[in-house]
Amino acid sequence: MFRIIFYLDWLILNMTFLSKERRRGSSNKRKLKVGFFSFTCDEGCMVTFIEILNKKFFEWEPLLDIKYCRQLKKKNVIRDIDVAFVEGAISTFKEEKKLKEIRRNSKVLVAMGSCAVSGFPSNQRNFFDAERKKEIDFLLKKFKHRDKVSPLKEIVKVDFEIPGCPMMENKFIEIMEKQFKDFGIV
Amino acid sequence: MHKEIDISIEGLSKIEGSASLDIKVRKGKVIHAKLKVSENKRFYTQAIRGKTYNTVHQSVSRICGTCSIAHQMCCIKAIENALRIENSEQTIILRNLAMQGLMIRDHSMHLYLFCLPDIYGKDSVLEFDGKLHQLVHDAFDVKGVGNDLCKLVAGRAVHPIYPQIGYFSEVPNRAETKKVIEGLKKIRPKVLDLIEIFYNSTFSFETETNFVALVSEDYNYLNGEIRSSSGICIPEINYWDHLNRVVIPYSQATAFEFEGKEYMVGALSRMNLNKDGLEKETKKDVKQFLKVFPSNNVYHNNLAQAIEILNAIDYSIKTLETVEFKKEKKPEIKPKESDGIGVIEAPRGTLYYMISLDRDGKVRYGNLVIPTAQNQIKMENDIRALVSRMLDRKKEEIVREIEKLIRAYDPCMSCASHFLKVRWI
Repeated sequence: MFRIIFYLDWLILNMTFLSKERRRGSSNKRKLKVGFFSFTCDEGCMVTFIEILNKKFFEWEPLLDIKYCRQLKKKNVIRDIDVAFVEGAISTFKEEKKLKEIRRNSKVLVAMGSCAVSGFPSNQRNFFDAERKKEIDFLLKKFKHRDKVSPLKEIVKVDFEIPGCPMMENKFIEIMEKQFKDFGIV
Repeated sequence: MHKEIDISIEGLSKIEGSASLDIKVRKGKVIHAKLKVSENKRFYTQAIRGKTYNTVHQSVSRICGTCSIAHQMCCIKAIENALRIENSEQTIILRNLAMQGLMIRDHSMHLYLFCLPDIYGKDSVLEFDGKLHQLVHDAFDVKGVGNDLCKLVAGRAVHPIYPQIGYFSEVPNRAETKKVIEGLKKIRPKVLDLIEIFYNSTFSFETETNFVALVSEDYNYLNGEIRSSSGICIPEINYWDHLNRVVIPYSQATAFEFEGKEYMVGALSRMNLNKDGLEKETKKDVKQFLKVFPSNNVYHNNLAQAIEILNAIDYSIKTLETVEFKKEKKPEIKPKESDGIGVIEAPRGTLYYMISLDRDGKVRYGNLVIPTAQNQIKMENDIRALVSRMLDRKKEEIVREIEKLIRAYDPCMSCASHFLKVRWI
């Protein structure tokens, strides 16, 4: 009887050790550290990314370490990011500052979707006539908006662009998979 | 017991769009609870002026990524009402299907990805392991089928391309339709599990509430009359007359009162006012859960959303299995000087559009009221009441409860911030 209990104990101990080792082994594997950021836009590209995950989540999940994604988690940090995916155009000074911070802390920066790439359609106020400009002026001042709405590349270096409104799904997948290769993840 | 406390939450997480919250407690009393929409304005009400009537819905679609189908449907309805355009039966069915696809993917994103982590005490769905892991599969399976249904009917889930003024430019093809029906049948049991999770949740926050929704006999989201739990019943074109706009100086958005008082729109309102209109199959399988309604518990908004996913599945299977679609001609449309109102139920509640056209069919001005702006006053009052009840608890705990409560409302800050002011000429 004792022998059986001893044997079971030994077995459990070993299994625990092995599973811990396995877990440690898998967490040691390098993951791509990514951040997802939204500036002035309708967040349609983030929604598109979340829809892409319907098919790609289980393939990508073991390869990704999501450092920043307000839509999915509360604990977020802008530090030591491999690839930053950024949607939206830059319309306030606060956003400009944050974009620069993201750039400083990321190796690669990807502009997701039309607002980030060209500014449109979030930049429509840039083209307003005098009457409309006058109507919105007090709000621009009150909420510390910039004189004009800008695409990312007017403020920081952008490494890759994904056009479309919302962004083209295939192009996003292609760029994500290229990053896995470039960073030696796969 | 906190006599004095300041809480400031920058960047509320797991909601649509960006918002922050400031709370001030002095002498044991909550002085203010300010929910600020920090999403930056994009001035769509200005930008659409001068656009031609048949392009406006593509422009306003960009107000919101997640519920773009709702913005398109409501804008199209307002313009069609202005130009007195009648729809074919097929167009009405396709619009209903597009809305059901939207409900499946939008509600499931909110429930699985934003709310379930609260229920299981996790930071995010990315931390779901062990027994919870199956729910991650369910999340992407259910969302995926909603996405496929939107693509089948509307061309895309975000900023769809088939819906036009007066018709659909493409109709569902048979092979794809068959696949979507199979998908819908596959996710049905998963959604029943989801409903049970929210039914069994012990989260509760109750206050006397006036619920308002567009109510129809068959629980469709595009037609009906405005009803409230206080007993009001009005045609949708009169909705604006019952609203007061309230300026919130600290927010990039605006707020509304109904009949001079706070109120709530959304899935909970629809379920409280119209549960009898649900699909027969749905009612049969969730009979025991439907007894919960009418309910004053804000967290039952999530249960109502889960039941609406099931209703969308049942409506869509029934419809796709019986209706034969054929391509229809673009109707002839003569622009004229006119005003039109459109009211629909978006996932987050009643959405109102008023579009005024000039004689060439160009927009003179537009006005819209979005669901989150209508819930803003009640959300703030609820947060204030919640904090008052929790002053003896730790600050982190209070913050967690506030975020949970806000998420139960499923606010959408992208929508909330486009608004500037009303111009009534």
